[in-house]
Amino acid sequence: MKYMLIMRATDEAYASMADVSMDEMIELMGRFQEEMLRAGVLLAAEGLEDPAETVVVDHGSEPPVVTDGPYGETKELFGGFYLLNVASREEAVEWAKRAPGTGPGFKTEIRRVSTIDEFPQDNPWIQKERAWREATGQL
Amino acid sequence: MADASGRDAVAAVWRIESARIVGALARYTGDFALAEDLAQEALAEALVSWPRDGVPREPAGWLLTVGRRRAIDAFRRRSARDERYATLAHQLGEGGAATGADPAGGAADPDDVLWDPDRIDDDVLALVFTSCHPVLSREARVALTLRVVGGLTSDEIARAFLVPTATVQARITRAKKTLAAARVPFAVPPADERAERLGSVLNVIYLIFTEGSTASSGDDLIRLDLAAEAQRLARVLARLVDDQPDVWGLVALLELTAARFPARTGPDGEPVLLEHQDRRRWDLTAIRRGRAALARAEGLGRGLGAYGLQAAIAECHAVAPSVPETDWERIVLLYEALGRLAPSPVVDLNRAVAVSMARGPAAALAIVDELEGSATLASSHLLPSVRGELLTRLGRPDEARRALELAVERCGNERERALLRRKIADLG
Repeated sequence: MKYMLIMRATDEAYASMADVSMDEMIELMGRFQEEMLRAGVLLAAEGLEDPAETVVVDHGSEPPVVTDGPYGETKELFGGFYLLNVASREEAVEWAKRAPGTGPGFKTEIRRVSTIDEFPQDNPWIQKERAWREATGQL
Repeated sequence: MADASGRDAVAAVWRIESARIVGALARYTGDFALAEDLAQEALAEALVSWPRDGVPREPAGWLLTVGRRRAIDAFRRRSARDERYATLAHQLGEGGAATGADPAGGAADPDDVLWDPDRIDDDVLALVFTSCHPVLSREARVALTLRVVGGLTSDEIARAFLVPTATVQARITRAKKTLAAARVPFAVPPADERAERLGSVLNVIYLIFTEGSTASSGDDLIRLDLAAEAQRLARVLARLVDDQPDVWGLVALLELTAARFPARTGPDGEPVLLEHQDRRRWDLTAIRRGRAALARAEGLGRGLGAYGLQAAIAECHAVAPSVPETDWERIVLLYEALGRLAPSPVVDLNRAVAVSMARGPAAALAIVDELEGSATLASSHLLPSVRGELLTRLGRPDEARRALELAVERCGNERERALLRRKIADLG
């Protein structure tokens, strides 16, 4: 069985982490990842960029409407994800508009996926992660 | 907390933590069998206490603390007979007093002396090698590995292997006695034994995987879980021993084989042969992981072992868009290499199939005919089944029919028999 862990947090939760240093954050995540690797359960992992840069394609109307921000007022279920290799956010939005499932309530959230190159390369946790990505064909 | 969800929580924690708990207790007591008993006692205590009081904040520390207390009790009981145990009980007791960890309090000190993060990998590796020790029967190695490294219960192992729980328990009890009698130390084997011992570990993981992937009967879902467990064990091992081509070869073989699982049965559960599989259903991420592991095995520069060669064959299929577009010549060469490394009539038979694809059925039939006298294949349906297939392609339907009928007679799997009967019917 495969399960996806979807890390979601409220604005307050993000705000509460404002004082945590980057190194500390990387170490916390690194340790968690290390535990999952030790247990042989981790297949893939990606982190999503700042929700402020996120757009949502709402398939409730024809043509679909593009709005800012990931979350609406109603409770929404994260149903899975596609990982695309595209040149721009606009291109990703174009693909999202073509996603199956149209009608009220169907939304596709588009978030840029961070790459390992964006993190401090001298951090030992980042080096561990790079080694794992190399070994599993995920760079 | 309801009883059932409490038990589920215990089971989940146990799956994650059992290896390092048994490993840490084995290191401290120097007695693998005792450590396994202690860990099981701690688990039993958790099953009573967690559903009642909630899951402790540090569940692993809790289990370890209970295990250590039971160890001290056990050593005190034995110390009446043997001075050595009195010293051990004293040492362990001091460790406990220093941390003040209390299971009833629900949390243990993460700095617990037993809980040395730098030792975890060594402990788990020693556990893997001990569970797969060559003094044990294959069945015992498999049961012990799943129980202590995989964290499965005897019930789960019994369900997966379609044997009574009592049988699994008896195998494990016997295995522990055998290890004690042979005075097998709880340690990573010395360099001169390491290659051979690693071979046994890889073999155990491979056996667990094949048991899970050849669902001859029983509940398919449980069998598949066994295959997934083998893959998890292989990944755990590859993390601990990352400089051995055979380890990466096994990881690659399991990934590339499992990648085809989604396509190997039809809507009614009937087997679908490789040539008829819908390749779009193959798991691309598993193929990617498998190919990365194979590249890693090759990159070590010491040649591929038996698992790596099989993985390389699986890779040929994985990257081919269709059966005719498969690099069959390369597969023939890989089977030849595999046959030299690990001679087996089954490998020769597979080579014959590859030869038939690369050079035609006549060349393959010559290989198959040479295998006729093989004792290994004497009662197997594989030989007449391949022979029937080749004779069909050579336009010799009467001989093909006789071979396929013999295959039906020998085949134990109802689904495969149906497939063979269809081939006979197709002969007209």
